[in-house]
Amino acid sequence: MNGLTPFLRAMGAVVWKDLRAEWRSREVISAMLVFALLVILIFNFALDLQPNVRAGISAGVLWVTLAFAGTLGLNRSMAVEKDRGCLDGLLLAPVDRAAIYLGKAFANFLFMLLVAVIVLPLYGILYNTNMLMPGLLVVVLLGSEGYVAVGTLLASMAVQARTRDILLPILLFPVAVPVVVSAVKATGGFLAGWSWEEIQPWFTLLVVYDVIFTSVAFMVFDSVVEE
Amino acid sequence: MLQKPRLLTVLDVVAIVSFIIATALVFFYAPLERVMGAVQKVFYFHVAAGWVGMLSFLLAAIVGVLYLIRKDLKWDFVGVAAVEIGIAFTLINVVTGAIWARPIWNTWWTWDPRLTTATIMELVYFAYLMLRSGIEEPERRARFGAVYAIIGFLSVPLTFFSIRLFRTIHPVVIGSNDPGAMGAFDMTPRMTQVFLFSLVAFSIVYFDLLWHRIRLGKLAERVESLRLKLQA
Repeated sequence: MNGLTPFLRAMGAVVWKDLRAEWRSREVISAMLVFALLVILIFNFALDLQPNVRAGISAGVLWVTLAFAGTLGLNRSMAVEKDRGCLDGLLLAPVDRAAIYLGKAFANFLFMLLVAVIVLPLYGILYNTNMLMPGLLVVVLLGSEGYVAVGTLLASMAVQARTRDILLPILLFPVAVPVVVSAVKATGGFLAGWSWEEIQPWFTLLVVYDVIFTSVAFMVFDSVVEE
Repeated sequence: MLQKPRLLTVLDVVAIVSFIIATALVFFYAPLERVMGAVQKVFYFHVAAGWVGMLSFLLAAIVGVLYLIRKDLKWDFVGVAAVEIGIAFTLINVVTGAIWARPIWNTWWTWDPRLTTATIMELVYFAYLMLRSGIEEPERRARFGAVYAIIGFLSVPLTFFSIRLFRTIHPVVIGSNDPGAMGAFDMTPRMTQVFLFSLVAFSIVYFDLLWHRIRLGKLAERVESLRLKLQA
């Protein structure tokens, strides 16, 4: 640990705390996973996923599933901090608050990736499509990053409001639209075997929003948690 | 503070007069478009309302930044005023667009990216109002409002401009058009004059409303503090 700066150490401590708490309870991950599975199964009935129809909408189904499951995790991740007074403890710690934000966001990112790692092959098996393309995996990585970056910030606002349980999706979904749309388009492009020239604009848009959301959330998190 | 400023009264009159003139110009001065006919006249107010709505959301984001730096509640009054008025004008923009689209595109609504992003933008600011209504403490409400106004403006309105990635059916009268756009036209000099005048008229109306709304916010705060004083 001695080679690390204090900032990274604080961030690592927050991530480690979240991972250990999750490892002991397994509440969030199991809820996210079961929920994701349910969403996929419901989509099967709702959209009647025939092989010819499926090809065009797999990307959409996948991202709606990830986004919904992600909201569940984000809400929970901030709610436990608020309920048990952990947030106050974290804020009292003499570390940069941006480190706390990055730690929480990174833990959420790992949870979302874990869900994606299980959902992707499962979706592939259930619907007989190959989901494990390198390009697609990068898109999942980037899409989850952008979604979680803005989601962690908004979740920390939502838990402090009176209507917190219903507020997060309402705050997050319209704002996350650029990330979700570009991720869906890029994923669909990889699944349909588009050329890189066609996928590239969406890919770029995704990267741009990752950068925007992460850096803005990083800058304003301080004013969200100050008392 | 309690007295209505004289300049505001003057602005009221100017706003009303310029709005009446703009309406008159649209109906009696602007020429009929050859293909689309009278319904094209919606364009003057459609674009003006859209412009004012966008300006308003930009203003909300800017005062959001100012609030986070200065922590002065006056910026929050401006922010909430800008968001509320922006929602109203964006709604006018969407509704007038639908009125125009019915005869031209043969449908009230189509899932065109430009229409969809404009509507999602409206939802962002509805979410803003819902966030505020869930928080009682004025100082925290102001902080969260500021943060959300910044994030919200970075998200959808920017997408709205980067929309040229998509292929759109929506015509672009100023600048280059998508070859797939339907209902495009070139403006004659008279049309340009009317268009520019309605932009100015809507902007004046906008600043008038904004001023009134900011004043209302301040007065509401004053009422609140007086009430607390009475109870104490």
